[in-house]
Amino acid sequence: MSSMLAINDIHVSYGNIKALKGVSIEAQQGQIVCLIGANGAGKSTLLRAIVGLEPLVMGSIEFNGEKIAEGRTEHGKPHVVLTEQICARGISLVPEGRRVFADMTVEENLDMGAFLVRDKALIIKRKSEMYDFFPILWQRRKQKTRSLSGGEQQMMAIARALMSDPRLLLLDEPGLGLAPLVVQDIFSKISIINKENKVTVFLVEQNARMALKASDNGYVMENGLIVLSDRADALLVNEQVKSAYLGQ
Amino acid sequence: MVNFFLLILIYTGIYSLMAIGQNVITGYAGMLSLCQAGFFAIGSYVTAILCVDCGWNFFATLPIAALLSALVGVLIGLPTLRLKGDYLAIATLGLGEIIRNVINNWDSLTNGPMGIQRIPKPSILGITINPYNKLGYLLMVVIFVLVFYLILKRLADSRMGRALEAIREDEIAAGSMGINVTKYKVFSFAIGAACAGVAGSLQTCFSLSVTPGTYTFMVSVMVLCMVVLGGMGNFKASILGAFLIQLISYFPQLVGLSNAFPAQVKQILFGLILIVMMIYRPQGIMGRSRRTYRWAGGKTKDSRFLARLAEKLKPGKSKEASK
Repeated sequence: MSSMLAINDIHVSYGNIKALKGVSIEAQQGQIVCLIGANGAGKSTLLRAIVGLEPLVMGSIEFNGEKIAEGRTEHGKPHVVLTEQICARGISLVPEGRRVFADMTVEENLDMGAFLVRDKALIIKRKSEMYDFFPILWQRRKQKTRSLSGGEQQMMAIARALMSDPRLLLLDEPGLGLAPLVVQDIFSKISIINKENKVTVFLVEQNARMALKASDNGYVMENGLIVLSDRADALLVNEQVKSAYLGQ
Repeated sequence: MVNFFLLILIYTGIYSLMAIGQNVITGYAGMLSLCQAGFFAIGSYVTAILCVDCGWNFFATLPIAALLSALVGVLIGLPTLRLKGDYLAIATLGLGEIIRNVINNWDSLTNGPMGIQRIPKPSILGITINPYNKLGYLLMVVIFVLVFYLILKRLADSRMGRALEAIREDEIAAGSMGINVTKYKVFSFAIGAACAGVAGSLQTCFSLSVTPGTYTFMVSVMVLCMVVLGGMGNFKASILGAFLIQLISYFPQLVGLSNAFPAQVKQILFGLILIVMMIYRPQGIMGRSRRTYRWAGGKTKDSRFLARLAEKLKPGKSKEASK
């Protein structure tokens, strides 16, 4: 087991406000790792930093042993991989609030997900896999995405992210604003993606119970710091987590 | 009367070029740019200066006009295209005015407010194109519009067109799909600028004189108005919009009422058109054109191919096929 994603002591600031104050996270190949925490803990900032949308002040992020982001160092400019190149490396982000291309049809959205794939036959093959996996998208394929329900849009956003055949799938609050049953459905899909397609998943979620149940390892973030990290099943019974995040 | 109508059609053609360029920037990439007049001026002056001072043939100056406009577009685009919405509009508005002021004051090159006169008539293959022969000139303009329309239509249906649409809808999502947002934005800006540059060349060649007073902010507003009126993301609509706006702006002269309508009425009308369109028909008269992508097997006009594709994509099919 090699470490697929390694975040080493990263610091991110918005002006004077320190959003991340030295966060280290590791995800092994084939795992589902979740990061839970309250609003404003810095969860989304962390994901934005991984895909190169936020510059690091300190620390580094490695993907498959290669540095994809680095803070300022004494010698010269830091090495940073741009957002649009992240995708080509095999990292795919399902952004917070889904961010679907609302005026495009479902099918066109999926095509966009395969923007870097030049082989038409391969795009068709992947699309058919996605339609197998999310049959509802097949029914909706000719509809504009804005006419889809929240759950369907979330599934489409996940399918779109998978179109580039990523090794690492980043999910930012996949359950945001969805009915509990739909959230359950989405999490079961995520588990299947992880097991069958061998995609490593790193997910950020406020719905701690759902996230921990689906994950192998979990991290708890508070005010830009990791306060707890353990196996997910251990966190589920951890007293601290129980009282703060699970409402028990 | 016929002559006057031909004049309107010629201006429709020249403005159509600017409008389809603006449509790439605003309709496809979703950026509100207000400096088509600036690129129009650059194209005009490149042609005028090269024809008069260097004795070039008009047609030889066209690529230079397009390239220089595009280059200025790229240089200005790189820093300003990070701005969004209103801020970009303000920055580009300023750029248009800066270009006009530079032209107005760079006496040694542009002859300042006096402008450049006595521009030789263009000729190609021994045929002199006489701008006073309006029908002949119109034919040339129509050919230009047609060529640019076909090129841009092709571009819009390509991978680049889809990238631009994705950027318009959501920049962050587009970036995480692997689309180089900055590259495509700057590229669309350059294409729009090049179109305006060529339009400027045609304008010079038609009026055979250039003065900085032609390239005011009103030109940019008019072009934007054409795009909004016709329909964003639809090149045919831009041409229709250009025709309607030209017709409206020359209407008083056309019906012999130019004394009754002061020139400012035109500007009030454009403002009204923009407001009314935004409220009642934001998609424009024709609306966005149906996409006919030629890549990814997304949508093609070939229905048999579509049917086969649908068969391939049906759930359950692929697993059976792979077994």
